[in-house]
Amino acid sequence: MPHTLYDKIWNDHLVHEQDDGTALLFVDRHLIHEVTSPQAFEGLRNSSRKVRHPSLTLAVADHNVPTTDRSKGISDQESKIQVETLEANCKEFGIKLFGMGDKRQGIVHVTGPEQGFTQPGTVIVCGDSHTATHGAFGSLAFGIGTSEVEHVLATQTLVQKKAKNFRINVNGKLPLGVTSKDVILQIIGKIGTAGGTGCVIEYAGDLISSLSVEQRMTICNMTIEGGARAGLIEPDEKIFNYLKGRPMSPKGETWDKAVDVWSNLNSDDSANFDKEVSLAAEEIIPMVTWGTSPQDVITIEGKIPNPNTEKDLDKKSSIERSLKYMGLRPDTLAKDIKIDKVFIGSCTNGRIEDLREAAKILKNKKKAPHVHAMVVPGSGLVKQQAEQEGLDKIFIDSGFEWREPGCSMCLAMNADKLKPEERCASTSNRNFEGRQGRGGRTHLVSPGMAAAAAISGNLDDVRKYQN
Amino acid sequence: MQKFFFLKSIPSYLPIVNIDTDMIIPKQFLKTIKRTGLGKNLFFELRYDDSGKEIPDFILNKKPFNNSKILITGKNFGCGSSREHAPWALLDFGITCIISSSYADIFYNNCFKNGILPIVLNEEIIKEISEYSKRKEEISVNLSDQKIIYGNNEISFDIDTFKKKCLLEGLDDIALSLEKSDKIKFYFYLVMVLDLRL
Repeated sequence: MPHTLYDKIWNDHLVHEQDDGTALLFVDRHLIHEVTSPQAFEGLRNSSRKVRHPSLTLAVADHNVPTTDRSKGISDQESKIQVETLEANCKEFGIKLFGMGDKRQGIVHVTGPEQGFTQPGTVIVCGDSHTATHGAFGSLAFGIGTSEVEHVLATQTLVQKKAKNFRINVNGKLPLGVTSKDVILQIIGKIGTAGGTGCVIEYAGDLISSLSVEQRMTICNMTIEGGARAGLIEPDEKIFNYLKGRPMSPKGETWDKAVDVWSNLNSDDSANFDKEVSLAAEEIIPMVTWGTSPQDVITIEGKIPNPNTEKDLDKKSSIERSLKYMGLRPDTLAKDIKIDKVFIGSCTNGRIEDLREAAKILKNKKKAPHVHAMVVPGSGLVKQQAEQEGLDKIFIDSGFEWREPGCSMCLAMNADKLKPEERCASTSNRNFEGRQGRGGRTHLVSPGMAAAAAISGNLDDVRKYQN
Repeated sequence: MQKFFFLKSIPSYLPIVNIDTDMIIPKQFLKTIKRTGLGKNLFFELRYDDSGKEIPDFILNKKPFNNSKILITGKNFGCGSSREHAPWALLDFGITCIISSSYADIFYNNCFKNGILPIVLNEEIIKEISEYSKRKEEISVNLSDQKIIYGNNEISFDIDTFKKKCLLEGLDDIALSLEKSDKIKFYFYLVMVLDLRL
């Protein structure tokens, strides 16, 4: 019987299956961070359980860490306790940790791939919904709750029911200035935030294979915003080249063997998908969100929707609620929306290619005087690489703040946040009410679009700054 | 885990779709290292104004809904972040049953780990029950019979058999999985030690 890539990885990891289809799935790689793990370790201690395979878990503090000078530690007491708790738990249970002073520290979904911890064909979980990022490597990667984190620590398995197969095909070539961020925003706009619920999404088509590894990560990362827990892309030469020589990648003969196996990880030609959607890359235009859900997308050439033209009452009231929160009037042109802040970073767009894309637009240009702009690299290694390439100088010269790595203003758990009614062009993944700070207004965009907004002082079309 | 069999309560109706877990419990409360104490901050931004005062119009601030154990709400409830703090906050507030037409996957799973029953009903029935909730009368939820009773009406709901069993018996699923320890060991040996997958 023909199988999808998801079917194959699933079958490869079945430890046990009950008659009703409830399965025990082996977990190859487990990532943990300070926010969703303390209660899991507490649970282990309360029931005198051990971590079954400590070497299969990797820890990094990212959500709470300050992105300013770290020499004096964390000033927020609660954040400090949470980060110290992670350190103490890792020490007690023998888990490898990249602490705050480590160059390898960064956002867990940037660090994993960077270290070669993320590998094709594996099952990867983390107490974080953006774990879907790792699916770009052809691994089955998804976010879990803290009770499940405890379950993985204790058993190295997870209780799961099989999801449906959903394939999204994107074919063709992207126009200049359009990126994988625009592709995924377009997809979420099309399928809706619950469009992928109960599914694993495989992204396919010649556009997807033409994307770089990091661009693929941006797409898989936001799969959860379309309701699916995991997004997958068939691994290829680009993935193997990316992983070769990484600290935790297989070495020597094992590497050759691994590439042989990874090369066969794909959906069979006649495999059945429960759902399928197709997009033409040529038709994608730089996107921006206008509302408080990632499905609230328009093109940069578009207008804010008018609730009076909506017949569905639920949708109408939802638009009205979003417009009120966002402080926007119906039919306003996207380009007429003035912004106060720009945030470049996050597990969606905090990698070196993202910083290059923004720097290319900002080179020899200044941000608008009223805009406060910051760049938060995804990891210490991304920061180092950017500095070697002189990107930090470009950002600083154009008026951006150049920060230390972490999740930062994507979820505003640390000091980086929006004030009420402040409007931000952000390369992150969620525009929920209050996400970047109480009353803060988020417009999700690509790194190039964020750079264009910083220069213009309003949402703007990156294509006008392309050479 | 707390067992769940039967519940009787005046339900609250929160008519918003796509309620995300940031809305259920905002990030400033995720700095805790405990599971308890989050109830007072449930729906924080909907419930309190900028000065920290309760917003009187918000359903869970109004009597008798401030004692509701059942929350009826819009579709795709619990989308976004995987934070289990969302069900912890609901539980700590006293809500142990949610009724919606759909849930986000991670949140849905997280409920079952905490003795919370998330019921899926179609939009029409939800409209009916939410209308009924205005009477401020108790409704009953019976998990073993899979029935909701409100006034003279009785409706059935579907639930996965294994998930139902876990809730009814308050089962610790780690203990259940550890019963398969030999299988896990065997799998680990084959795959990780002998590198059979490679």
